[in-house]
Amino acid sequence: MKTQFTISVLTENHIGLLNRVSIIFTRRRINIESIAVSESEVKGIHRYTIVITEEEELVKKVIKQLEKQIDVVGAFYYNNDELVYQEIALYKIPTNVLVAGGKAEQIVRHHNARFLAVEPEFSIIEKTGHKEETQVLFNELEPYGILEFVRSGRVAITKPMKQLKEYLKELEITSLNN
Amino acid sequence: MEELLLEKVSTITGAEAVVKCLLAENVEVMFGYPGGAIMPVYDALYDYQEELKHILTRHEQGAIHAAQGYARSSGRVGVCIATSGPGATNLITGIADAQIDSTPLVCITGQVHAHLLGTDAFQETDVVGISMPVTKWNCQVTKAEDIPTVLAKAFYIARSGRPGPVLVDITKDAQFGHVEFEYEKCNQIRSYVPKPKVDYLCVKAAAELINEAKKPLVVFGQGVILAEAEKEFKAFIEKAGLPAAWTIMGLSALPSNHELNVGMLGMHGNYAPNKLTNECDVLIAVGMRFDDRVTGNLEQYAKQAKVIHLEIDPAEVDKNVKTTVAVVGDCKASLKQLTALLKDQKHTHWLTNFKELKAIENEKVIQNETNPLVGDMTMGEVIAQINKVTKGEAVVVTDVGQHQMVACRYAEFNQTKSSITSGGLGTMGFCLPAAIGAKFGAPQRQVIAVIGDGGFQMTIQELGTIFQTQIEVKVLILNNQFLGMVRQWQELFFDKRYSSTEMVNPDFQMIAKGYGMAANKVEKRSSLEAAVKEMLTYEGSYLLEVMVGKENNVFPMIETGASVSDIRLE
Ligand SMILES: Cc1ncc(C[n+]2csc(CCOP(=O)(O)OP(=O)(O)O)c2C)c(N)n1
Repeated sequence: MKTQFTISVLTENHIGLLNRVSIIFTRRRINIESIAVSESEVKGIHRYTIVITEEEELVKKVIKQLEKQIDVVGAFYYNNDELVYQEIALYKIPTNVLVAGGKAEQIVRHHNARFLAVEPEFSIIEKTGHKEETQVLFNELEPYGILEFVRSGRVAITKPMKQLKEYLKELEITSLNN
Repeated sequence: MEELLLEKVSTITGAEAVVKCLLAENVEVMFGYPGGAIMPVYDALYDYQEELKHILTRHEQGAIHAAQGYARSSGRVGVCIATSGPGATNLITGIADAQIDSTPLVCITGQVHAHLLGTDAFQETDVVGISMPVTKWNCQVTKAEDIPTVLAKAFYIARSGRPGPVLVDITKDAQFGHVEFEYEKCNQIRSYVPKPKVDYLCVKAAAELINEAKKPLVVFGQGVILAEAEKEFKAFIEKAGLPAAWTIMGLSALPSNHELNVGMLGMHGNYAPNKLTNECDVLIAVGMRFDDRVTGNLEQYAKQAKVIHLEIDPAEVDKNVKTTVAVVGDCKASLKQLTALLKDQKHTHWLTNFKELKAIENEKVIQNETNPLVGDMTMGEVIAQINKVTKGEAVVVTDVGQHQMVACRYAEFNQTKSSITSGGLGTMGFCLPAAIGAKFGAPQRQVIAVIGDGGFQMTIQELGTIFQTQIEVKVLILNNQFLGMVRQWQELFFDKRYSSTEMVNPDFQMIAKGYGMAANKVEKRSSLEAAVKEMLTYEGSYLLEVMVGKENNVFPMIETGASVSDIRLE
């Protein structure tokens, strides 16, 4: 059965690694639903957060092929319930719909979204949450005319505790070539 | 005093640093082809001709296959070098081949000036991008001072763990730049675990399974050779009386005449090991990756058996075949630990099964192939004649096709690293340049290139490399005037519709002579034995063309999608 998994890949900060990482997915024709990359809590180590929907058996194989890449420090996969995760969405709507009846503004407040900018022509709204939540807001605002919409990749933090620093220490020993 | 000081602060060019790195890694020979973007390195090589031999091939594909042949016969890292753009792209087939066959290579390519990168400059290709899916690691260098560390890393990655090809792309300005040269060999990269530590609990679990087994079967691959674990492997199978069958990449790790050697696995392998894969109770895989050419239909592969997998690359475990016990790590270490826990056994009754099936194959296939008394000449009888002379001591390099399957089935070997072939990628054109490289890697040994008339013409230009270097390679062309293996499939699966497989060939003897190579052609069985002997005892390179039956087929055969137990004898 296909399920949604979040893959966390920790890498050294080298040029071209994004390409190496994504090749592992494209080779097997796996669709990457979202991807977010940033530096982790350890300087020089980057964390890729990748969301895919696949069978767990296949995900395990992908994890091993990711780990096999020389500059990949580690790769892990998680069910959604092992994670706390968020996405951020930005919506651009015409400002005049906000003044007209006040309904659009109610919707925005109701969703705990906030205004990032209000210009005479357009306003920009920001909402953080799971995809379903940012999608509901999208659906409700749609009748008022959404001029532009963008949603980020998922960022996630795992509930199980294993500190990256500890993990790196272990690697210092296992990576010895003897 | 002043001189000493000068030496300390003096710098060398990036190009010279490349050469010095190679020397620091004890590289004695490299294969390559010059061009604009790599000229500074070639200029530096000019000053080091004594220390570092550069073999000029006739095509970059020839250079990389030669580096592969060198690596495979010597067990060392093969090095090749090419210019940017077309030079670099011509390496790609060989890189892909080395990746899938785990061959340690360092490929160095020149690149346009750093400030031109991304601008479609003359002879600019994104070779780092192109080679990414087929390299173990690759890297672009744009500064001279980075050259030593990157090359040190390159050699370490290429040879350690599961070996593979590495590509280092060096911009021309980095070659012209200056560096205070200092070389430190790399022996650790924190994100890379070349040899996972063997888990003793897994070894124990594996030993228990083997000790309990009534019908164990060992299937081994090149991992045994790459780990230099031939001795440990032999001790392992001998102690527990385990029949052992090889993948094409594992060929020569165990002597052909060893009593526990039960032959070749896979599509054109031997009858007994394929059939009995589906009857064994414990299947012990050592340093092999369950390629589909070996397993046939996975749904019907060894389903009855418990599977043990000794493997250095964790990504291979459970990739194709689900294991009962996986022993991850270097098989040299794990085999030793495992053998210590095994009971002495003989499995005489089980081994009889192999003998019986071998007798059937012998009668139905092997006799007719290796000793036909009438009809067209066969590839098998030519290989049998070679065995008579070499007595299993030669390095046999093969190309891809029917002759490859026949040579690997029938050639005999007493020592390891003696069979060199393109297994995973099946690269036609591999053989001739790989044989050249193999000779440089094992200069004391006889090297025989066994090639089809098709594959020979894919890299035939490397006769020029033999001519110029005067290296001794015996070239055996098994000429069936067809792209034989494809024709066989057309006969069996496409109603004999021989679409574009018939070859009208040139006079190979005359071509050889143009390259100053002794040559002969055999069309009759009566002159075969003498001709083979003449080729193998001749001092110097020699090309022998043997005209074999045009429409002979290789059997046994497991059809694509069929189970190993459905192996056909005819
Ligand atoms: C580069 C490349 N192109 C195409 C093929 C497909 N192919 C596999 S075997 C074969 C025929 C080889 O013919 P030949 O070299 O004459 O050897 P034979 O099979 O007759 O022994 C072909 C075309 C291949 N393996 N490699």
